[in-house]
Amino acid sequence: MLTYTIRRLILAIPTLLFISFIIFLIVKLSPSDPTAGLPLTIPPEVREQIRESLGVNDPVLIQYFKWLKLMVWDEPLHLIEGWTGLNVAPDDGARIISYQTRSPVMDLIVQRMPQTLWVVGTSYIVGILIALPLGIISAYKQYSVFDQVGTFVSMVGFSVPTFFTGVLFIVIFAVHLGWFPSVYDTTHEVTDWDSFVVQVKQIIMPVMVLGLYNASQISRYMRASMLDNLNQDYVRTARAKGLGEQVVVLVHVLRNSMIPVITVIALNIPAVFGGAIITEQVFKVNGIGQLLIIAIQGGDVPVVQTVSVIFAVLIVLFNLLADVLYGVLDPRIRYD
Amino acid sequence: MKRTTLLLGATALAMAPAAVWADAHSERGSSGHLNIIYWQAPSTLNPYLSGGTKEVESASLILESLARFDDTGTMVPWLAADIPTVENGGVSEDLTSITWTIAEGVTWSDGSALTAADFIFTWEYCTHPEGGCAQASSYDGVTAVEAVGDNQVRVVFGSPTPFPYTAFVGSESPVLQAAQFADCLGARAPECTDANFGPIGTGPFVVDDFRPNDVIELSANPNFRFPDRPYFATVTFKGGGDATAAARSVCETGEFDYAWNLQIDPTILADMEAQGNCTVVTAFGTSVERLHLNQTNPDPALGDIRSTAEAGPHPFLTNPIIGQAMSMAIDRALLVEIGYGAGGQPTCNVLPAPELYASTANDACLTQDIAGANALLDEAGIVDTDGDGIREYEGTPISVLYQTSTNAVRQDTQALVKEWWSQIGIDTELRNIDASVFFGGDPASPDTFQKFYADIEMYTNNFAGVDPQAYMANWACDEWPGPDSQWQGSNIQRFCSEEYDALIVEMAGTADLARRGEIARMQNDMLVQSYSIIPLIHRGGVSAHASSIEGIRMSDWDSELWNIMDWRRAE
Repeated sequence: MLTYTIRRLILAIPTLLFISFIIFLIVKLSPSDPTAGLPLTIPPEVREQIRESLGVNDPVLIQYFKWLKLMVWDEPLHLIEGWTGLNVAPDDGARIISYQTRSPVMDLIVQRMPQTLWVVGTSYIVGILIALPLGIISAYKQYSVFDQVGTFVSMVGFSVPTFFTGVLFIVIFAVHLGWFPSVYDTTHEVTDWDSFVVQVKQIIMPVMVLGLYNASQISRYMRASMLDNLNQDYVRTARAKGLGEQVVVLVHVLRNSMIPVITVIALNIPAVFGGAIITEQVFKVNGIGQLLIIAIQGGDVPVVQTVSVIFAVLIVLFNLLADVLYGVLDPRIRYD
Repeated sequence: MKRTTLLLGATALAMAPAAVWADAHSERGSSGHLNIIYWQAPSTLNPYLSGGTKEVESASLILESLARFDDTGTMVPWLAADIPTVENGGVSEDLTSITWTIAEGVTWSDGSALTAADFIFTWEYCTHPEGGCAQASSYDGVTAVEAVGDNQVRVVFGSPTPFPYTAFVGSESPVLQAAQFADCLGARAPECTDANFGPIGTGPFVVDDFRPNDVIELSANPNFRFPDRPYFATVTFKGGGDATAAARSVCETGEFDYAWNLQIDPTILADMEAQGNCTVVTAFGTSVERLHLNQTNPDPALGDIRSTAEAGPHPFLTNPIIGQAMSMAIDRALLVEIGYGAGGQPTCNVLPAPELYASTANDACLTQDIAGANALLDEAGIVDTDGDGIREYEGTPISVLYQTSTNAVRQDTQALVKEWWSQIGIDTELRNIDASVFFGGDPASPDTFQKFYADIEMYTNNFAGVDPQAYMANWACDEWPGPDSQWQGSNIQRFCSEEYDALIVEMAGTADLARRGEIARMQNDMLVQSYSIIPLIHRGGVSAHASSIEGIRMSDWDSELWNIMDWRRAE
């Protein structure tokens, strides 16, 4: 298993380099201009100077290699310095700099991470907590009223876009009922019980919007996987041995059914770090998703590039993790 | 009437703060906390590194300039003791320098004194060749900034400058603290993240926490020169979301006190205002939504030379009769009603304000006259000869490609205009282009507004400040965009008139304000009556504030938060 993991990790390097180069080309060759969003009162000569100072006019390959060097060498060293306090980072101060804020991209990402993890991470957990029982009961009582309702709810949750449910939630719970705030306060810190209640109030709407969406996806996998197993011979054997239904379903069937579901859950974790572009925008959460969309709109190549490549890294890593987990959970699967 | 009273009150407030509000609610910080939402979040607090409105306006809470423009476009001394003029000797007789006196007792928020050195530094900072300063045009023509005595700054121009109130005036060129930015010149500007995100200023507020593209926390400046102001102790300046959500957070949920730039469906905004929690405020500057009629031939068959001088004149849009008929067929009031609401007024001028410069010669266009337009074309012999419903001009069917940026209001306008033009026998093909491409200025893209590979295009333009000299010079003959200038140039419709160029020259040498007004009006009339440009809507800024906030005097000539030190919460 270890050699397999190492082999996969080594293979990931060329893949990631290729991905990063393709992303760079796509972003770079698309018609975007960091000065496009500026008021028309700013004359073209000044715009040209701004572009020059940002380095937009350098040849594409040079820009790519400059970025790559910073990404794989300078930025990790800065990260280590930030964590450990060791003075290892190069002193020339070279960082990946955002066109819009003129500040290091990594600082932006670090700043946005907490609210993204809070909101999107919680919604993922909530989604799983809803999905598992829903999927199990739906499968065990196939075609019952519960199953029909569950199927209907997950179909609705899956097909209605979050920009609709989000605004609907705001109109109902923030405007009419006045229970929750419609604007997320990123500066809020949880220090005691009262501030925790405030945090729960401001987080509940985005979490539920995303949670319902996640739950509808995962519950379908859970249900299908349970159904596959419920009709297996070993289930009949277990019942024939005289085991109680609870043990049969929750121990024998569930454990076997969880294998593909866990893989699906692991594969979707990178999306948690990626934030939720639309939901973050609707609730003004201003996490990674909002960072990415603003950067795309503003032609901010370094931010788009860096964030996308971090996603790519996470996706590659979690794919590997899912494969490894598969082997751990299912003894029949061996990679060596 | 109510507005006038409010204005008088606010003016009095500015003049004699202590006398008017002598009660307990006139102390610094007495109004508590203010929540502002800008649905586009500021990326930095250094307006020299980003020319965006959101950055300029958020920075205006902290950084200030020598003079500002109030809601009427009148200049008011801010960090300066008074406005220098030729009469009071502040502007030299030959119009090549202006000497500002720094008001007494102005200090930076860290307690140190504001000196001429700070202004000299700011000028060096923005004009550094490697800096990419977004506000460089504020310092156009400035050859030196020097200290005169302890408390005076002289700005020297290379040539006579009749309107010298450009550098250090308005929210776009505030003064930076030399001590803080000393190591941030030129290419090193982006390295100074701490300074760019937390500039030390002279303004009413100081930055406590800045999160780029997200939120700013501010608190009252303890060293502010007016001991009783600002009335708000702390400010949260939140960014993100969209305009409708921002309006909702002020008018419906009441979470915020002030929302900026609410260009949303006018009926939605009116419904929200009707609930009584908020007041919609507007301010009109110089923004005009207009149609440019290409005076050169954009025929795709011409390949790379289309829409340039080489392509020759446009087959029919160079005839002002056709442009006039197109203008007459448009119902500007309806366009305002559908798309702009409080944020628009019909206009027939490309230069609609300040009042001194606004012409009244073209106001006939305010009423739609389709019958008149048809008659005009018929009389000129521009008729439909082949019976297909489309008029021909010298054998060419009058069929136009009408482009603009992608935006719901603009597409509505396009559809209406197309319908009206069809009623006068003009065939219209519509096209919309993503704003970042249309305004992106990429010389390799065929879809930029400068390339103008279409017959007609629509967008809004304006100028910063109150002086139209540079703006009106946009339509000089040598300002045509073209391949030799990388398609940079401001004369988008490719208008050219010797008479007009002569007026530009005259304007540059005239200091007398009345005469400048006259010249500007003549320029406006020449442009509009050439029908190479059809002004549609005079656009204003639309914001909303909680009904409990007093003292807001929204200005489109400066940051709309320019007088935030006078804002207070009513009882």
